[in-house]
Amino acid sequence: MSAPSSALRTGRDPYHLGHGPSTGAPEYTGHGGGGPAPKRIVVGYGFWIFILSDVVLFSCFFAAYTVLIHARNGGPGPAIFDLRNTAQETACLLLSSFSCGLASLAVGRRSLLWTEVALAVTGAFGLTFIMLEAHEFAGLVTRGYGPTHSAFLTAFFSLVGCHGAHVTAGLLWLGTMMAQFAAKGFKENIRHRYLCFSLFWHALDIIWIGIFTVVYLIGRITP
Amino acid sequence: MSTNREEFNLGSHIGEEQVAGGPPHEHPSLGTELRGYIIGLVLAAVLTAASFWALDEHVIYGPGIVMALIVLGLAQVGVHLVFFLHLTTSPDNTNNALALAFGVLIVSLIFFGSIWVMYHMNANMVPVKALMQQRGG
Repeated sequence: MSAPSSALRTGRDPYHLGHGPSTGAPEYTGHGGGGPAPKRIVVGYGFWIFILSDVVLFSCFFAAYTVLIHARNGGPGPAIFDLRNTAQETACLLLSSFSCGLASLAVGRRSLLWTEVALAVTGAFGLTFIMLEAHEFAGLVTRGYGPTHSAFLTAFFSLVGCHGAHVTAGLLWLGTMMAQFAAKGFKENIRHRYLCFSLFWHALDIIWIGIFTVVYLIGRITP
Repeated sequence: MSTNREEFNLGSHIGEEQVAGGPPHEHPSLGTELRGYIIGLVLAAVLTAASFWALDEHVIYGPGIVMALIVLGLAQVGVHLVFFLHLTTSPDNTNNALALAFGVLIVSLIFFGSIWVMYHMNANMVPVKALMQQRGG
């Protein structure tokens, strides 16, 4: 913090904010030299830690589902799941994640109109996903295969339901972000909030990859 | 790669500061960034389609399907991490990548550890029916 920092700080980009070794002394970034990282980096890192802890939570549900897949209490196995519904849900969430990325580009360019449009599209796909999932759950329960039927179904409803609850919370957050961009503009703290939201939304899609692979596809071919 | 500064950070540069007084930051162009997201979308869609397609028993050797699905799933997670979350090898991402590595370790321990332990416990359990008969009779 003493000798080289004064020389570095006179430069226009003393910390090389994520831009490769173009203007010298790149060995400082990421190694604690040259002072604390910019707030955007710290905020992203902190929220990334939260997301990873959430992934650990999900891994427990995944483990429970895989272990209990044969505990069916005389009832059916994963053959009751409609894979067409799963494919539609997957498409919705993937397009929603893509649209969230487009919203990030619009935020980076301070375009309120495109930010709101991309976020509205993101929310529409997310809402469609939730409705497809609610439809699937309701169908299973009316056929008598609710979460109380067997340990396998309990594990299924816990895992997929926990993801659905996350998406629902994400939709509420998304609405809040749209309102805050409209009311407060692209202020620094709002942008940091949006950074966290986009990380959250993309991470939910990553969890869904695990769900459709383990629960629906591998489940289907498990005897 | 080094000339057009394609290094993003986790979550892109949404919160990036404009340095006061200095010249504005050189953002990667809209086309460059958009291309990244479109490549990610196409790759993810292809891998998803391949997963659903691999389920058809006539396409892949039966016992290999589970492994194929796992590989396709992991590949898609990688695509999401790189193209959507912008987890790269840039210096600012060192801590994020380390945290991810630790997360992967814990998730593997929980997931594969549970399967391993419970498989052996199931194999060594007295069948419930036999247990009930023993108690009843």
